Amino acid sequence: MAFSRNSEVRVSAANIPVSGKYDATIAVVGTPNSGKSTLFNRLTGLKQRIGNYPGVTVERHVGTLKVGGKSFELVDLPGTHGLSAHSLEEHIAVDVIFGRMEGTRAPDAILAVIDSTNLYQGLYLAHQLVELELPVVVALTMSDAAREAGIVIDTEKLGEALGNVPVVEVVATTGAGVEDLRETIGGLAEAPAPQPPVIWPDLEETARRLASNAPEPIRKAEVARLIIDGLTAPDDLLMGRLGIENHAEIMHVREGLFGTQPPLACEARIRYEWVRATLADVQQRAQAYLTWRSRIAGFFNQPVPGTIGLFVVMAIVFQAVFAWATPVMDVIDAATVSLSTVVSGRLGDGALSSLVSDGVIAGVGSVVIFLPQIIILFLFIILLEDSGYLARAAYLLDRAMRMVGLSGQSIIPMISSFACAVPGILATRVIPNRRDRIATILAAPFMTCSARLPVYALLIAAFVPAEQIGFMNLQGLVLFGLYMFGIIAGVFTALLMRKTALRGPKPPFALMLPEFRRPNLQTVGIQLLGRIKVFLRRAGTVIFAVTVIVWALAYYPRAEPEDLVAGAPVAALEQAENLAAARQMEQSWLGRMGRFVEPVFEPLGWDWRVSSAVIAGFPAREVVVAVLGTVYAVGDEADADTLSGRLKSATRPDGSPVFTLPMVLGLLVFYACCLQCAATIAVIRRETNSWRWPVFAWAYMTVIGYFGALLVYQLGS
Amino acid sequence: MERNGQTLATLKRGEKGTISAVDTSDPLVQRLMTLGLVEGAEIERAGSAIGGDPMEFRLFGTGISLRLEQAQHFAVAEICADF
Repeated sequence: MAFSRNSEVRVSAANIPVSGKYDATIAVVGTPNSGKSTLFNRLTGLKQRIGNYPGVTVERHVGTLKVGGKSFELVDLPGTHGLSAHSLEEHIAVDVIFGRMEGTRAPDAILAVIDSTNLYQGLYLAHQLVELELPVVVALTMSDAAREAGIVIDTEKLGEALGNVPVVEVVATTGAGVEDLRETIGGLAEAPAPQPPVIWPDLEETARRLASNAPEPIRKAEVARLIIDGLTAPDDLLMGRLGIENHAEIMHVREGLFGTQPPLACEARIRYEWVRATLADVQQRAQAYLTWRSRIAGFFNQPVPGTIGLFVVMAIVFQAVFAWATPVMDVIDAATVSLSTVVSGRLGDGALSSLVSDGVIAGVGSVVIFLPQIIILFLFIILLEDSGYLARAAYLLDRAMRMVGLSGQSIIPMISSFACAVPGILATRVIPNRRDRIATILAAPFMTCSARLPVYALLIAAFVPAEQIGFMNLQGLVLFGLYMFGIIAGVFTALLMRKTALRGPKPPFALMLPEFRRPNLQTVGIQLLGRIKVFLRRAGTVIFAVTVIVWALAYYPRAEPEDLVAGAPVAALEQAENLAAARQMEQSWLGRMGRFVEPVFEPLGWDWRVSSAVIAGFPAREVVVAVLGTVYAVGDEADADTLSGRLKSATRPDGSPVFTLPMVLGLLVFYACCLQCAATIAVIRRETNSWRWPVFAWAYMTVIGYFGALLVYQLGS
Repeated sequence: MERNGQTLATLKRGEKGTISAVDTSDPLVQRLMTLGLVEGAEIERAGSAIGGDPMEFRLFGTGISLRLEQAQHFAVAEICADF
């Protein structure tokens, strides 16, 4: 149902030749949290290409490994516990392994990445991989943590148990053992496929028989997989590949093999029986003694300390984002202002000067100013994820999320959305059920993202009095209220959707709770740099384009030059200039648009200038600060030095102030709701694979924002 | 699942047991079996979130969290306290 696209993929990737550069393609397969990506980074270094798999936004990481004069293409697959796929990412991994992924070559060999501290689950995957009739090398990661926990693994015996595969112990974070692994991979493509013990002769025999009768070549491991996975992989894929037209035949095969038991349950019982027997043979475990990791885990797994800890961690993150970033942001702010002054001084008057200083520098500068906050927020989120804490947050908040029809798995996307909804929405890919996933996607853009922050900061600083209420500052309280408002609106939306369009069974929840671990600096650095690049590219492209367009809309068409009275007093001259600029603003395209929509926003207390800034902010909400800067840079208000000063002195034609407290609070509510972000709309479109959800989200959020602002303004005045 | 029988849901913090039977009708339970919650697996209750749900278990040294609803599908025998 959710992943029926599988049935259309009939591309035999095995036929795609290895591009001349590579001697072989190796799939890197491992369980989640096994340190697979860190190891992949170690092996390939900076020689990586990051793209997307066709039709989905799951990132495709491909790197090059050069060893002994040979060059290998390494494909890093999303983490999976086994070859029975449930989530989108797991489907991708399995499709690549079986050569069913369009544009990705079927692998010639497998690098199985197994966590030494979790051999129990790791061997389940490893055993499925050695049955693929491809050369396999097993990398046992985190061997240092295993030693610390008193686990001793006999790698030779383990290799034998898996049917003679090389097993290499590594510590991906320090690089120990990686050189050995590199050399082993060098000889991998010529190595024979492993000969694993046959633990399920009936299935093996049935798969062999069906595969030999198939119209086109198909591996017996793939047939076995498809027989078992009727629940998760569509049966028409199996029937098509085997040339079977009658579904009853498949059901007959299943009945013979599994009786009345679910196939997946049978597989799990048989494989784990082998895993337990093998473990007893290859692994020695000292009597568990407490490591620092299990001490911390032991503290956090008690209900009350765990929950208090969660709130403390979140409080530290938000405090850091606001307090630590401010000094750097002030520097960036000052830099853009002086750069703008210098440029307009050099270029003099005219269209070019105005474009560069008012348009480009002011516009892009007003966005780059959030870079410090974005770095801090992403750094914390990456650290929390890498240390294993986010999984624990999901677990602690599962019950609360269940009340609104979601599960703890929706927590990670929502926390990420405080930085930016785009990575937040991408993080929903681990949610197996499509309805749960879409409900989370619709809730995520309500979380207060870092682009809303400058709008909030500007308006709160200018119009909310800095009074102390008890031990809280009123300004801080309003900001906190806006964050809470975003969370409540998002949660309410999820609840509403789960009760209406996305009604369905309660989302399941089962989560591995990894040990706490020290995050690896290289991995954190690579992820953080990637995020910064995405942000700066956005500032350089989308934001740049929008600010230039907005500038042009405000600059053209030009007003007729006024006849300036020569020799008039300076004050009068300035006034005339200001009047001319105000007239220019009013009759520009932007001004006309603002006046055109003014009646719509009139009940919210906005004048045409606010309306035009809001309209300009629809492609990217952070632009609004820049546009307010432009439209209030001229006219009577231009006397004030700062933007907030200008906003304070903005008046209507009748002399009453535009920015009253109810109007400002309404405007804040409008910003808290509206989906003013083209990037988010695009990512919702890609992730849900239809225009239906982004259009709905946009309309829904805009309507809520409008009526929220209306309510606040009308009640307040 | 069994009358008066112990399940993962009734296991107390710090108690260890061996899974003795699994009610496989729930697809999520089947999924949990592929994570290693099968008959014969030794498992320990490690803690819980506020209100006792979801619960945290340790399976061969690895943490895994389950909701009460699913935990009830796993019967447990040979229970001993292990501190």
